[in-house]
Amino acid sequence: MVVWCPDWSVVAALEEAEGSLRSPAAVLHANLVEVCNGPARAEGVRRGQRRRDAQARCPELVLLPANPDRDARAFERVLGIIEDLRPGVAALRPGLLAVRAPGSWYGTETAAAATACQALVDGGVWDVRVGIADDLFTAEQAARTAEVQSWVVVDEGGSPAFLRRLPVHVLQDDGPRGRELVGLLQRLGLRTLGDLADLPGDAVEHRLGTYGASVRRRARGEERALFAARTPPPELDADVVFEPPLDSVEAITFSSRTTAERFVTQLAHHQLVATGVRVEAEADGVVCSSRTWLHPRHFSARDLVDRVHWQLQSAGSTSGAASALRARKETGAVRAPIERVRFVPEVVEPAAAHGEALWGSASDDLVERGVARVQGMVGFDAVRRPVLQGGRSPAARQALVPWGERAVDLRPVDRPWPGRVPGPAPVRVFAAPPPGRGRRRRGTRGAGHRPRCGDG
Amino acid sequence: MSSARSITALDPGRSVVEQLRERVAAMERRPAAQPVATLPVLADLVPLQAGSTYAVDSASLALALVAGASRAGEWVGFAGCADFGVEAAAELGVELSRTVLVPDPGEHWLEVTAALVDVLRVVVLRPPASVSERTAGLLESRLRTRSSVLVVQGDWPRAEARLSVERSVWTGLASGTGQLEERRARVVVRRGARAPQHADLAWPGAARIEAREVERVREIRASG
Repeated sequence: MVVWCPDWSVVAALEEAEGSLRSPAAVLHANLVEVCNGPARAEGVRRGQRRRDAQARCPELVLLPANPDRDARAFERVLGIIEDLRPGVAALRPGLLAVRAPGSWYGTETAAAATACQALVDGGVWDVRVGIADDLFTAEQAARTAEVQSWVVVDEGGSPAFLRRLPVHVLQDDGPRGRELVGLLQRLGLRTLGDLADLPGDAVEHRLGTYGASVRRRARGEERALFAARTPPPELDADVVFEPPLDSVEAITFSSRTTAERFVTQLAHHQLVATGVRVEAEADGVVCSSRTWLHPRHFSARDLVDRVHWQLQSAGSTSGAASALRARKETGAVRAPIERVRFVPEVVEPAAAHGEALWGSASDDLVERGVARVQGMVGFDAVRRPVLQGGRSPAARQALVPWGERAVDLRPVDRPWPGRVPGPAPVRVFAAPPPGRGRRRRGTRGAGHRPRCGDG
Repeated sequence: MSSARSITALDPGRSVVEQLRERVAAMERRPAAQPVATLPVLADLVPLQAGSTYAVDSASLALALVAGASRAGEWVGFAGCADFGVEAAAELGVELSRTVLVPDPGEHWLEVTAALVDVLRVVVLRPPASVSERTAGLLESRLRTRSSVLVVQGDWPRAEARLSVERSVWTGLASGTGQLEERRARVVVRRGARAPQHADLAWPGAARIEAREVERVREIRASG
């Protein structure tokens, strides 16, 4: 089943610009009309027209900038609606999605198409057309021939017959290659896809290349192109239920060990690691303690168990001084018996980013994260990056730039700098002259007043 | 993630498969068993091992220990070295774009060093006046679980090896004229109960001096 929302770029752009869907509008890219909607087409605006020509045909045309990200973002909502009906949705491009027809569940394929249309119209998408066929190409063409909020069902095995009578210009929607091929086929006198399908296969491949051959196979209904359905995000939470509820931190910690291990393993199964995990503890059916823990690297099962311990211990001893006076036996107790501990991954990252590389050291990302942690401890500008610059004294020839900032106003290094201090560069360079230690002799200045070379 | 990864060059003289096999074997062992790249002049004296602590008594030696790893594409860090000489580091081959400085960690020096050890390969630390046995133990247990090297400039309770400069001489200065040209120093490596090893190094560049040239240094000293 293919669901087609025509002129999706215009719909998405008008939605964002809060314009009326009935007003003529066009999306422009590089001063050419890329997509226009029905009212604009009625005024004579066509794809590929120049902006000025389009405005001459239709002065009230709303001009919208092209933005593929916006189209994809807006289409995410449509995907979600169809995914609620049936998983395994593949977004072919913004405005076009495919899903295996959920015919047997809804009775007939017609009923399934009607359900999908209904769901989308309820979700606020007005112009929806649905096509159902054996293969993807036929289903797309069927959707294109359907009326607004309607559907076309091609019977099983009926694809070649359906495609035969379609004119070749349906290939125009297949990108620039398709447009080129349409021109060529029309000049060759081939008016319908059936004409192309009747030609011998090897001749088509010789004359029209692999793309032409694939179009011929599609026109004959031979190409069973399958689509890679997107997998809904997997459920990665893990929880452990205590029956009866436990009231000792030690017991809870010990019992959550296997769950923590399962949590880490199931993440590893998806080749993910968690760097931020929310630990929730429930008592009497309500979440009594919830906290997000971040890890500089990634959580192992042991780290998670530690976090549970710390979290529950601190939650149990919030009463401050009173808790310090409690007997040792009681310090490990929590306020209410905990009946459930849940691990929710907040931040997951691909495990590859955290692995030790075979061809080098750990990735730079890891370093960035570690340095950010140090910055959190000692302040943003306490972590520095050394850079060289031009200058005369050793102290002037270097700069320590705060980490994460770009070095600006550096003096160029490749100038001659006459009068610079000669000799090997000092290993220690003092920002301010340290107090002199040498004995003062008559006629000399303290040795500490110039940058010391060497070390001490 | 960023795909910018530093790549360690393989030794062209040996078979690639064999070297990769060694690396895989090193990764499968606990991290501490990995060797860390060291400057060729120091490689036979103090081959750095991940998970170990090395004590040095001068900034130039600390820089020389770090330079090898940095040249090989590793990240390095300096904690507490407010007087870091950028030019000298660059001359020795330290890659400045992969260097993290925390000039003055103050009272947080232990936490900062532990965080740096988590992500960097070699960390140079200039600790405050006195470090207790327990504090050093904390940092060392962190080192063992990560594959990092700690180079301490100053006193440290336990160290795999201690490097110190025994005597050092500058050449290039005459009486009243001339300029500093070269520094030659005798470095002593003490590790455990083993007999101390000696080596003569020359800066800039931390080059090894042959015994014949050492005699010349002696002569210069005697004449100067």
